[in-house]
Amino acid sequence: MNNSTTATGPSSGAGPSAGSGTGPISLAAKSRPLEAVIKASLAIAAFTSVAITFGIIVALLEPVTHFFSQVPVGDFFATKGQYAVLPLVAGTLMTTVIALLVAVPLGLGAAMYLSEYASRRNRKLLKPILELLAGVPSVVYGFFALFFVTPTLLQDILNIEVGFTNALSAGVVLGIMIVPTVASLSEDAFTAVPQSLRQGSLAMGANRMQTTLRVVLPAALSGVAAAVVLGLSRAVGETMIVALAAGARKNLSLDPRDPMQTMTGFMAQTAQGENPVGSVDYNMLFAVGLLLFLITLVINIISIQLVRRFRQAY
Amino acid sequence: MSTVSNVAVKTARETVQLTAKRSKEQTPTALIFLGLLWFSLFFGVAVLVALIVDTAITGWPRFDMNLLTNYDSTLFPEKTGFRAGILGTAWLMVTTAVLAVPLGIGAAVYLEEYADRDRWYNRLIEVNLQNLAAVPSIVYGLLAVGVMAALGFERKGIVLGGAIALSLLILPVIIITTREAIRAVPEEIRSGSLALGATVWQTTWRQILPSAVPGIATGTILGLSRAIGEAAPLLMLGIPLAVRFDPTGIFSEMTALPMQIFFMTSQSQIEFQQAAAAAIIVLLVMVLALNGLAIYIRNKFQRSW
Repeated sequence: MNNSTTATGPSSGAGPSAGSGTGPISLAAKSRPLEAVIKASLAIAAFTSVAITFGIIVALLEPVTHFFSQVPVGDFFATKGQYAVLPLVAGTLMTTVIALLVAVPLGLGAAMYLSEYASRRNRKLLKPILELLAGVPSVVYGFFALFFVTPTLLQDILNIEVGFTNALSAGVVLGIMIVPTVASLSEDAFTAVPQSLRQGSLAMGANRMQTTLRVVLPAALSGVAAAVVLGLSRAVGETMIVALAAGARKNLSLDPRDPMQTMTGFMAQTAQGENPVGSVDYNMLFAVGLLLFLITLVINIISIQLVRRFRQAY
Repeated sequence: MSTVSNVAVKTARETVQLTAKRSKEQTPTALIFLGLLWFSLFFGVAVLVALIVDTAITGWPRFDMNLLTNYDSTLFPEKTGFRAGILGTAWLMVTTAVLAVPLGIGAAVYLEEYADRDRWYNRLIEVNLQNLAAVPSIVYGLLAVGVMAALGFERKGIVLGGAIALSLLILPVIIITTREAIRAVPEEIRSGSLALGATVWQTTWRQILPSAVPGIATGTILGLSRAIGEAAPLLMLGIPLAVRFDPTGIFSEMTALPMQIFFMTSQSQIEFQQAAAAAIIVLLVMVLALNGLAIYIRNKFQRSW
């Protein structure tokens, strides 16, 4: 139909590219080798992120296979013994639960105030302060837990009998650390609730508290859940606070006033010791690390699913 | 732009009118609820103030030049200093930025300007990025151990090892914020450039990236401010807690400020705790300065299209 007698566009002397003679004028046909090289290198940069994930798995799996050839699986998933991991999991669970008890009410309260009550100007002022709290390095929070929360807040003000290191103080400070995470993501979820729902509720005679608690909160629930789950994942993986303030001894206890070692605390302690590469203790570091990675991976996947759900709602 | 804000103002006014009858808002429960919300918001502020004041008081005896210019000293704890840590942190930050920023921007440009979102491998990158952003920092330390072993380094506690760990850690932050900055550049600019005959790369390089620079800079600085206080991945690499020489290059052994703070916090002598408190103030000043710079850039150069 359209024969090659027509001019082939403003091609600058690079010669006709393959196939340009038969079809209609192709606007994308001109081959540009440099563009292709650039695109390829950008794609490599993007695929690095996937390579990192695989790298994590490979870097962890190799020492872990050695570990399980040295120590039976039953000794690892045991409650007692040198290589038992369950007391560490229990320690992580304890500090994380305390952290969530602190962070969920405070984070949700802050988010509700910012999205439902604060004026635009106040929000602009208050949000950066909350974000600063997220920027404080975790080793600083560890110092704070050890030298302020335990002696001053817990022992002097609240009169709780606790030792120098304990799960309670580490958990509370961990909770303070994840308040900004919970608050900022929940606020996004609240803001995403359409204005018409609020207006409907107010028009029916509800006051702002009723509107917030019975209309906005249920409507934003999956987003709020995602925020809590992400906060949970950060609390599980946090190292320096628990390494300093939670204690350095495995302890399968239900009393939050006791010192308890967590998974990350164990890893920090083992890495400081002089364990030669390939020794059982060195390999156990990676086994605990892999378990930690898998736990946070599952938590993150749940969080991503929840976020997807609340994005689809409106 | 103006119509949007008009609508916002209008809805705000309507809400005010609907809630104008004050009596319903002032029942005891409603007031208690409001009080609780205030409390949860200001709890965070109170913690920040308590943290800074308490640490500053503890560290007060150590605000002297020795803190910045001396090396760590176990013999004279009252004169111990953070010279090696501060210089080590500076080396770490520069190397981390050099490693992470080009990679992060490249990945973001690919995902925003080139990638076909319906392809499975591009969706894989998306999901993977969300996951990586929430991987614990200590796991990145273990990954860096593996990378350094694969590269054939015997000693892993060197600047390069720490920088690899930290750049892996902040890569997702940089990619996510850069993508947002690129996405904020309006489609008309792209269409205009492409219509004039520019290629995709020419459009990206000459139009999109210059417009997105403030956003990219903000993201990079926020990423670095996260990296500057991280100690857990460095701990995994076996970066020493105390060294008594300046780092001289990327293959030099080093320590970092948060590592020294961790080390001195775990010592029992009160002098070390005072030194740790004073160093925390130094670290907080660095973090706050970086955050402030990011906010300044965001506000100063933000363009409304």
